[in-house]
Amino acid sequence: MRNEESSARAPARTVLQLEVSDHPGVMSHVVGLFARRGFNLDGILVLPRDTSAASRIWLLVRDEPRLPHLLKELARLEDVATVVRRDAEVALFTRIAETVA
Amino acid sequence: MSFRSPATEAAAAATAPQPVFHGSGAELVVRLLERQGVATVAGIPGGAILPIYDALARRGSIRHVLSRHEQGAGFIAQGMARVTGQPAVCLASSGPGVTNLLTAIADARLDSIPLVAITGQVPRALIGSDAFQEVDAYGLTMPITKHNFLVTAVAELATVLPRAFAIAASGRPGPVLIDIPKDVQNETLTLAAWPEPGRAAAPPPVEASLINAAARLLEEAARPMLYLGGGIVHADASRLAAAIAERCDLPAVTSLMALGTLPAAHPLWLGMLGMHGTRCANLALEECDLLLAAGCRFDDRATGKVAAFCPGAKVIHIDIDAAELGKIRQPEVAIGGDVAMVLRQLLAAVRPVARPAWRARIAALRALHPAHFPGADDPHTPHGLIKAIAAAAGPEAIVTTDVGQHQMWAAQAYPTLAPRRWLTSGGFGTMGFGLPAAIGAAFAAPDRTIVCISGDGSILMNIQELATAAEERLNLKVIVLDNGALGLVRQQQTLFYGGRIYASRGNAAIDFGAIARGFGIAAIDLADSVDPGAALATAIATPGPFLIRVPIDGATDVLPMVPPGAANRDMIGE
Ligand SMILES: Cc1ncc(C[n+]2csc(CCOP(=O)(O)OP(=O)(O)O)c2C)c(N)n1
Ligand SMILES: [Mg+2]
Repeated sequence: MRNEESSARAPARTVLQLEVSDHPGVMSHVVGLFARRGFNLDGILVLPRDTSAASRIWLLVRDEPRLPHLLKELARLEDVATVVRRDAEVALFTRIAETVA
Repeated sequence: MSFRSPATEAAAAATAPQPVFHGSGAELVVRLLERQGVATVAGIPGGAILPIYDALARRGSIRHVLSRHEQGAGFIAQGMARVTGQPAVCLASSGPGVTNLLTAIADARLDSIPLVAITGQVPRALIGSDAFQEVDAYGLTMPITKHNFLVTAVAELATVLPRAFAIAASGRPGPVLIDIPKDVQNETLTLAAWPEPGRAAAPPPVEASLINAAARLLEEAARPMLYLGGGIVHADASRLAAAIAERCDLPAVTSLMALGTLPAAHPLWLGMLGMHGTRCANLALEECDLLLAAGCRFDDRATGKVAAFCPGAKVIHIDIDAAELGKIRQPEVAIGGDVAMVLRQLLAAVRPVARPAWRARIAALRALHPAHFPGADDPHTPHGLIKAIAAAAGPEAIVTTDVGQHQMWAAQAYPTLAPRRWLTSGGFGTMGFGLPAAIGAAFAAPDRTIVCISGDGSILMNIQELATAAEERLNLKVIVLDNGALGLVRQQQTLFYGGRIYASRGNAAIDFGAIARGFGIAAIDLADSVDPGAALATAIATPGPFLIRVPIDGATDVLPMVPPGAANRDMIGE
């Protein structure tokens, strides 16, 4: 590390927002994709949608060069309807962290 | 609950639609398979899948091929799927039945083969209790399937089964697993209407701007080339591939999976690229300034060291799987779509260009580096043997291989390969693929001669399927290239591990002919014949299964070869 500033700066992070179907295996499919590639998930939030058949997942991840490829692999999963990157939602996890701290 | 008079009940029954099905989950599975058009399945029964077997027995509508190991069943199904292009089905029981199937499923995933694996599971109440023959099939197959299902209620079967077939066949094909607890198989249900059979979804439309961008790049390029992969086979696009090569004057190379998509005699074909490809193919790629990559995935055996692959080229990459675009090499134009549809549109959009200088350069490379097959006229040499097999089997034969030197010799020298008639385990490289895949091919194409080109190591990995071949009297010929070695391993040890030959020899004493005869299969040993070419021809012309053992010099290497991790330009050998 070259100077104080860069060592203090947290790694750039972003949030992936997924619309998924709601059944017992879905979380496994999603997090397994990250686990198998040695890609850490820094935060996970899952909430059911109003309709019973769908859920929404937010994943707090580091913004690494291989992230765009992972997005495509996520989109390829049968249970994942959509994946979008939401940089601004990082604040959501900060607020949750403050709440539960 | 309210009481209704018998009269009102009768009236309700008269107006209610007649159910199309009333029976057990197991029967429903069989009926839905029939509706998918499945005529043949392969598998091995066991406790947790017996209700489905009983339903198969009672319906009598689907032919069941008894394999002798679940991996064999998986590869028999793959053989059918690779020949027909349609999803094929294998069955296994819970626990060891499922784990035995895993290799064939993973292999289907890597080569994008549509497979539907149906497995029995312990009853729902016992799941998670370490019940007899319980294993987490769903968890185990998550990373190796395109999708998988654990059926938790009998009513789900009516949607899950058609969906499994649709997923297996749609877009980039692949394997799907359906795990069905035994009590779900036994549960009764009534269906008011049949679900539509699951079919491949129509491919997404392609943006015209991308087609135009690709067309302009093709017109402007000075030294363009075409790189074809297995997607050309899946999309039945080999004619279109030839047409685009001819229209744009593109010298073409093929991956292992795409061999035969261009006929060997095609003037623009330079051969296979990569580790055991032709020198001419690899060297031409070095010089190209544009690569049209169609239905391929830049596999490391094809590209060699990626940083040195087509170093000066722009890339147009066409693939149905968007996750392949930019995975290994960032293309200038990325077209996510059905390769046949894209090539058809590209053909209409691109103007032909003549490039005399590039043509001359390719001709010079060809002259400098002709495909060099020592002794190709002599059936005692590997390449000569492959040519003799082809001559005896005829141009319409289906060829399967195992994995090793024999596979590469077949890839290099078999002169009449064609789409859906060249079945080889490319992505996964599974020894043991060849014999069961040949059995599946024989069911899918009963009128063709099937040759399985195997090695003394690989054939042992699913040799039990000789029982299946004998029982069904299939017209398949197993040719064992016996170098008394795990030859491809021995070769790497010779070249890259200081000649320390270790754990790669040891089949010297095996009498393959005696083994075949033990299964009731005729066999010959070409070591015993004065005219091996004629003996081979006689054996191949004899209807029914036949094993032909051929001695191969154990010191022969597959050449040329790109050392693992090296650039394709750095080939060893002619
Ligand atoms: C299931 C499996 N295990 C190990 C390997 C590694 N491997 C690749 S080629 C090879 C040797 C194959 O021997 P043989 O079938 O006799 O073919 P040969 O190379 O001698 O022609 C081995 C062990 C593999 N590809 N598949
Ligand atoms: Mg061998």
